[in-house]
Amino acid sequence: MKGLLVLSLLFCMCAMYFVGIYLFVGGFLLVRLEVNRTSTCGDVLQPGEEPVDFCRVQPRFRRAVLLIIDALKIDFARFDPSNTSPRPYENKLPVLEETASSRPSHSRLYPFRADPPTTTMQRIKGFTTGSLPTFVDVGNNFASSAILEDNLIHQFGQVGKRVVFMGDDTWESLFPKKFHRSLPFPSFNVKDLHTVDNGILQHLYTTSDDWDVLVAHFLGVDHCGHRFGPDHPAMADKLTQMDGVIRSVIDRLQNDTLLVVMGDHGMTDTGDHGGESQKETDAAIFLYSPAPLFPGPPSQSEPDVVPQTDLVPTLALLLGVPIPYSSVGQVLLPLFPPLGQTKGAVGELSQLEALWINAKQVNRFLETYSGMAKDIPPESLSQLKDEFAHLSSEYLTTVRDGRPPSPELAVSLQAYLSSVRDTCRATWARFNPFKMAAGLAILAICLLNVENSPGLKAPVVVALTAGLCVAAGQLLTQGYIEVAWCLAAAALSSELLLLWTACRSRTTAVAKNGFKAAKCTSWLTLRRLLIPSLMVLLIRCACLLSDSYVIAEGRVVTFLMFSLALYIPIHLNWDGLLLPPSHDPLKSAGLLPSPALSPSTVRKESSTLLTCLGLLIGSLYLSLSFHGCREEQGSCQPSPFLSPLSRLQDSQLKNLHYILSVSSLGLWTYLLKRCLRHYGNLNSSGGTVFTARWILPLLAVCLGLHWAVSATPEDSFRNLAELISLAQLALPRAAFCLLGLGLFLIWLDPLTVFVKTRAAASARGSSLPPPRYRASTGISPQAELHHLIPQIYQRMRRSLDDGELSGSSDVDSRPAVEAYGLGTVYSAPLLLFCGLLGIGLLLLHPEGMALSFLLLLLEMGALMHIHASSTTLSGGFNVPWTPIVLWSLAATQFFHATGHLPTFPSIQWGAAFVGFPEGHTGTVLPASLVTLNTFASHILFAVGCPLLLFWPLVCEVRGSRGGRACGEEGEDAVMEMRLRENPQHFSAALLQLSTRYLFIHGAQVFASVCAAAILRRHLMVWKVFAPKLMFEASGFLVSSVSLLIGVTLVLRVDVAVGRWFKRIIPDASR
Amino acid sequence: MWDHEIRAMASTHAVIAASVFMATVVPAVFVQGFSVYGTHLLWLYSVSGTVTAVSVAVFWLLGITPPTKKHTLGYKLSRLFRSCLYFFLSCLFFHTVVVLYGAPLIESALETFSLAVLLTSLTTLRCLCVLGPNVQAWIRVFSRHGAMSVWDTCLQITVTCTVVGAWVGAFPLPLDWDRPWQVWPVSCSLGAMIGFLTGLVAAPAWIHYHRKQLTYKCK
Repeated sequence: MKGLLVLSLLFCMCAMYFVGIYLFVGGFLLVRLEVNRTSTCGDVLQPGEEPVDFCRVQPRFRRAVLLIIDALKIDFARFDPSNTSPRPYENKLPVLEETASSRPSHSRLYPFRADPPTTTMQRIKGFTTGSLPTFVDVGNNFASSAILEDNLIHQFGQVGKRVVFMGDDTWESLFPKKFHRSLPFPSFNVKDLHTVDNGILQHLYTTSDDWDVLVAHFLGVDHCGHRFGPDHPAMADKLTQMDGVIRSVIDRLQNDTLLVVMGDHGMTDTGDHGGESQKETDAAIFLYSPAPLFPGPPSQSEPDVVPQTDLVPTLALLLGVPIPYSSVGQVLLPLFPPLGQTKGAVGELSQLEALWINAKQVNRFLETYSGMAKDIPPESLSQLKDEFAHLSSEYLTTVRDGRPPSPELAVSLQAYLSSVRDTCRATWARFNPFKMAAGLAILAICLLNVENSPGLKAPVVVALTAGLCVAAGQLLTQGYIEVAWCLAAAALSSELLLLWTACRSRTTAVAKNGFKAAKCTSWLTLRRLLIPSLMVLLIRCACLLSDSYVIAEGRVVTFLMFSLALYIPIHLNWDGLLLPPSHDPLKSAGLLPSPALSPSTVRKESSTLLTCLGLLIGSLYLSLSFHGCREEQGSCQPSPFLSPLSRLQDSQLKNLHYILSVSSLGLWTYLLKRCLRHYGNLNSSGGTVFTARWILPLLAVCLGLHWAVSATPEDSFRNLAELISLAQLALPRAAFCLLGLGLFLIWLDPLTVFVKTRAAASARGSSLPPPRYRASTGISPQAELHHLIPQIYQRMRRSLDDGELSGSSDVDSRPAVEAYGLGTVYSAPLLLFCGLLGIGLLLLHPEGMALSFLLLLLEMGALMHIHASSTTLSGGFNVPWTPIVLWSLAATQFFHATGHLPTFPSIQWGAAFVGFPEGHTGTVLPASLVTLNTFASHILFAVGCPLLLFWPLVCEVRGSRGGRACGEEGEDAVMEMRLRENPQHFSAALLQLSTRYLFIHGAQVFASVCAAAILRRHLMVWKVFAPKLMFEASGFLVSSVSLLIGVTLVLRVDVAVGRWFKRIIPDASR
Repeated sequence: MWDHEIRAMASTHAVIAASVFMATVVPAVFVQGFSVYGTHLLWLYSVSGTVTAVSVAVFWLLGITPPTKKHTLGYKLSRLFRSCLYFFLSCLFFHTVVVLYGAPLIESALETFSLAVLLTSLTTLRCLCVLGPNVQAWIRVFSRHGAMSVWDTCLQITVTCTVVGAWVGAFPLPLDWDRPWQVWPVSCSLGAMIGFLTGLVAAPAWIHYHRKQLTYKCK
């Protein structure tokens, strides 16, 4: 069966893309689950002692000052007196070295190693939670960036310490309402070196004494690096300023205060950071206190490098708060006295005690985490558990017996902590370059294979074999199977097979035609690829590699669409097809081929084309006013239609918005029905027609009522409150049900053909029989005649029975048939499907988006008509690249024009609560609702993609009007039955259309994958490129699934039409 | 084959290019602080005006303009009037297209309109000079078999280059480099200007190299 083959080929193609995306994302996006538990004071109990409340005890330090100097690389902090000609970033912080050497028991400087990703936000998360934040920390709260995991700031608040913050406003969004006082300064403008620092300096020394922990985050050094690079005089000035700051802070410190000066990450030689090279990860940390901090002078056991996670447990224990729950750090041992040297102070923990508290906390976290997620390899997990059990029994016996512990115990505790951290780091904080490369390769070969028409069997067999081989190999060598690599092997082998087949067929062709022809063909393929539509696609893909263009994506896509749309008439005019050929002497001389279309047809088609172009451009321009705003776009105002009606205060404005939305909803419904009626699809009594007649308007009414109800202010109809809340629950749910019912009915009975049997011997005659059933009211009989297609059947039967049928007796014995709507039998259900789906998706959007959805429908129509007209003018059956590129760019354009943006904060979470105002219990339903909301335009355009194939045929009837004068209408008014006539051609065209659509989306995914891979170190990678990659990849996923649905629907209609024909003509077994 | 025309074309283009250069350099003598970025609008006007004047003069002297059938003064005046009208309408057309492409609607309308004037004086004016005020002929020229003389081919090339130049000129706009030439409409007008100059060079060259293949239908 041909249809199944098309579907399975498409499915395989999608699967290849999916495997590529999966592999790359698996290597690139580091995912970790957040553990939302917090430590309490009771956790830090010592065994065998009185249960002392840890938090009540006087800690070693009452107060702390954290000076965070963004991007303070260790090279900046070191001082080398022998260096006589320092670079601008060298020897500019002499205070650190001076203090450390003059007061060795009070201060020390260490390299401070951050974990990748070395971006500020992740780093702040890292050194407050003690964990290893990844790009995606899967937690309960996607919408805000606030840290929900247990962290130092939270613990300070728990024990009543007042935290005062000043500096980078990232902190404010990470810890909303956690600070006693805060003075955030905008961090976004990288060019601005001084605002944040000067703001801090204004308040740092004058701040009143109402704090216990003071956090000041300076951004100047980092911004200076981004702007000028480290090797620039501005960096020297900045570092000298920081030197002064540290000096004056040291001068003002009191005895019970700890000072920590640190950088959150380093920078490369060009001033960038984000990656994992040592220059980016190695920052500096400087600890100082007026009271003796270190029990001994610097010894051999000093750590070479302090991992960033170690700050959290150290600070927590020094300041007397519990270690945050998810910390995997290890206490900095030099800060704690060895056992037996504690000077009797209650709060002073010995090294072993600190280690024990630390190990217990880490073990508890590990147990919780391994219960939640399975990404830590089980064998290393069980090994760690055994080790802890062993150590804890040893420690407990030591404490119970009261004998001095062996020094080995401390060492092995340290080893345990280090191995836990290493395990976690291997799981969470390392890119997997092999996976990334494999994903890139698979995607690239996928794209190369676009125009090769593959077989199915061989690749599948090869893929299965390769996958199984790799699985078996892994099982033998490693003992377990890593699914990703099996998939990779399968995909790569089958793709390479395809590529090889294609190459071989090409070379055999070359061998036949000789070398010269080969050169010629390769040149021709190149020429064919350089057509403007593909150039536009190329530009679009190149745009994904620049952060500015990704930020301005909505406008860029609109610009490109506008250019490509303008190109269509210009190109037609260039080919001389737009204007009816003027009477030129050459034609009469027979030098030019005479055109196939009469001048009036050409004029009519051109005017349709230009009108639709106007409509397209109009909706493109209007759609710009529905865009949302990214935070990077400074002076941008989000569209007023994006806020839900209930938030509008002005009641007049509210009414206006409501009326606008409802009327566009009405227009949407009307246009759909109008279109269906126009082509005579509303006459029969099947499921689809029932849907169009009743369910579609009912759905629209439901939606309008729902908007009205949800927009009513809560206090104005107090006595109707119950009714309103009931309606808020019932109306959207009713709409969902109607939508499901409608879609199901369309699926069940997609035929919209109304058959009228007539005992008409005259049907074979030349004259048209007068119709007795009107196609619909409101259409002139003349228009109706066009869509009443009795001739089709006649013609088909004639062609079928040509052999056996010669006389007329046989004809008379059979009924002649009039079939309304046969010409649009494929497109009508698809159109209705899209329309219903559109209303359903609109339900998930804010009310104002109805206008945008109307524009979407208009633009779809305009695109289809432009395509139809240009096809009529230039001929051809397959869908060329230009309309498909336009179609898929329109999907991206309306992604933006429905108020979406490729950033996580801009996801419209409200969609999850439509019809479920109380919230959900599971996660599947809200996630799918939000996905439907986010990718609404992708879904609509992908489902409607096959329409591009049908529409030129649907519009054929208009084109035939010109030919009608010549008496050829019977030949022309075949419309979509052409597809029926050559099913091979039909499925090939359908496959080509879908492949090209997938290719365009796949190319965009590939471009954003490349962007993420190449720009791993870019300043904007976690803010722009990685979210863009996620959105592009999920958009591709949704698009391909929707495309499969659309194609399946078309094939379903095809099956139904086949059955229908069989019923009408039992002996016609086509 | 077309040697005479090509030589005439090359010299015409040299004159026009020189006038563009003069229009950029000379005002610096008279106006304090004149620069292409700083006083961009002034530069735009100066260039547009010069190109308009020089083109009209040169093409009038060369006599490329299609011969008028009537020689009455009234007919000539009406042609002149229609040319001016088309010039203005073309400015409006370009303005609309640029706005539809995404230029701010109200904020910098003057800048946008100045860009439209520049585009008009680089493209439409040439159409007016070569083909006369005849929109049908303009549309006809931009088709594969539409060119009827060397000058028509030249027109195709220069107009395409100018428009493509302006289009490409829009690409640096979203970038965050904060350069003076990224301000609207500097990059677009510079792009159009560069495209135009390229067209001036490319047209005679292209025609020269393809002179064997060029055949034109008689008028």
